[in-house]
Amino acid sequence: MNQQTQLWREITVYLRRYNPERDAKPHWQHYLLPVDYGMTVLDGLHRIRETLDPTIVFRFSCRMSVCGSCAMLINGKPALACNTQISAVATETLALAPLPNFEIIKDLVPDLSSMFRKHTSIQPYIRRADMEEVEKPTGEFLQSPEELTRYLQFAYCIKCGACMAGCPTLATDPEYLGPMPLTQAYRYCTDSRDAGFHDRKKVVGAGHGAYRCHYAGECSNVCPKGVDPARAIQLMKRDLVLDYLKLKRRHTPAVVAGPPTDAKRNPKAPEPPPYTV
Amino acid sequence: MALSKNYPNRLGIMGWLTGGRWGIERYVYTLHRVTGLGILFYFLLHIFVTSTRVLGPEAWGKAMASVSHPIFKFGEFLVFVAFAIHATNGIRLVLLELGWVVGKAEEPVYPYRTSLNVQRPLLVVMMILAAVFILLGGWDFIKVMGVR
Amino acid sequence: MRETKYWTWHIVAGAVILFLLGLHMLVMHLYQLLGTWGLNPVGGAAVAWLNVLARSRMTAMVVIYILLLGAALYHGLYGLRTILFELGPGKALQMAVNVVFWIGGIGLFVLGTVAAIAAKML
Repeated sequence: MNQQTQLWREITVYLRRYNPERDAKPHWQHYLLPVDYGMTVLDGLHRIRETLDPTIVFRFSCRMSVCGSCAMLINGKPALACNTQISAVATETLALAPLPNFEIIKDLVPDLSSMFRKHTSIQPYIRRADMEEVEKPTGEFLQSPEELTRYLQFAYCIKCGACMAGCPTLATDPEYLGPMPLTQAYRYCTDSRDAGFHDRKKVVGAGHGAYRCHYAGECSNVCPKGVDPARAIQLMKRDLVLDYLKLKRRHTPAVVAGPPTDAKRNPKAPEPPPYTV
Repeated sequence: MALSKNYPNRLGIMGWLTGGRWGIERYVYTLHRVTGLGILFYFLLHIFVTSTRVLGPEAWGKAMASVSHPIFKFGEFLVFVAFAIHATNGIRLVLLELGWVVGKAEEPVYPYRTSLNVQRPLLVVMMILAAVFILLGGWDFIKVMGVR
Repeated sequence: MRETKYWTWHIVAGAVILFLLGLHMLVMHLYQLLGTWGLNPVGGAAVAWLNVLARSRMTAMVVIYILLLGAALYHGLYGLRTILFELGPGKALQMAVNVVFWIGGIGLFVLGTVAAIAAKML
């Protein structure tokens, strides 16, 4: 490190260890970690791995809270390790555990495949009658800023899994879709380019779908990107009920903007170079 | 593909009750469940007890005598409390789950204001309302105990 | 679509119960404080036989009791079904719960309705 780092204090880090080849079940292991000012939990984990115990295992990638790899239970609350300052959550002890409601692969690494399987089941892509246009676009879809705002917040999701870890329904019901898939389902249903509501509602309005949410609000509480899954799920329920009562407004999916018809080429502009691909 | 055996890590029913530093809405969710179960349990017995009025005043008197012990009276007060909490929170949940008080989707700017912030005043109002009803009912229960 | 139907009616039943059970609480537990317009004609305890008899004979009260019974049975049993289903039972258990709750619910509703109508004839 080039920077002069100043020691803040030494804290005890309790890490939930689990090695599938050696351990029957997870157990706590503690380390005495010198923490500098400004260290994040991820920095702390790297320091443990480099100086104290090279066998610890954890996921990380971007280290700037855009990839969603490093979500874990930090002092009892699901959070991203890379954007949690140690000094903000601990003064004496820091307890790190893998995200609950997922199986543990090893140490702090959860098995997120169940979450991604549920995500795939809600068809997280634009669905419309002319899928040909989506696959091979001829022009852009016209969408106003207001139409964008209706779903943009929910598009910020980085699929970290913190919301799934906080949800009380997922604590007991493994088949519940969960906040992330439901939010993404709403993100696509309310996207003005999409026409897939009637397909997705078969999954989202089914037994383990949106109705298993009872607004405990933990998903929105722990989301590191402010996606507010709780809001999305309630809006999804609203749409499902309005659709059942046949009160849902009909919406035509966004049209494709054709090429400009009345534009004239500037005669002074030089010709483009020939295609090389 | 997992080559070794993953360890199951679901919180189970304790996940409904605890789990760490939860927000207040999480505890209200648990309270709503508990009060609902309490009311349901009472209600199923209540149907049988009150149906005895069909058999005339003697049967009714016997039924009332069997539930006249103070522990039952206190239990009824608890059901009243449960109803006050469940109903006021239920109003809040209907407003929330039909999308009226979750607020509009907006660009998230840190520090994030989520639907939890939008509905928090409603939660406070509902809890105060519940407390008022509980006090009113408690006063009435005490008065009736004195009459008896 | 079926779950949407069940949930929508659960909400509607909740709203119905809010009013009718609120009225019931008023008559039974708050009338000493707030008074109840002739629904406890002899005063004293709300469960006194003469009060119960008077209410049982009022057509409006009979209708209200039957509505409240139906709404509360539906709302309560759907809620219990939700809690049980969230414990992750298998398909067979789910079907069993559905059948038992429908049959039990309708059975209790019939019991209560017959009692309410028979009480009116007293």
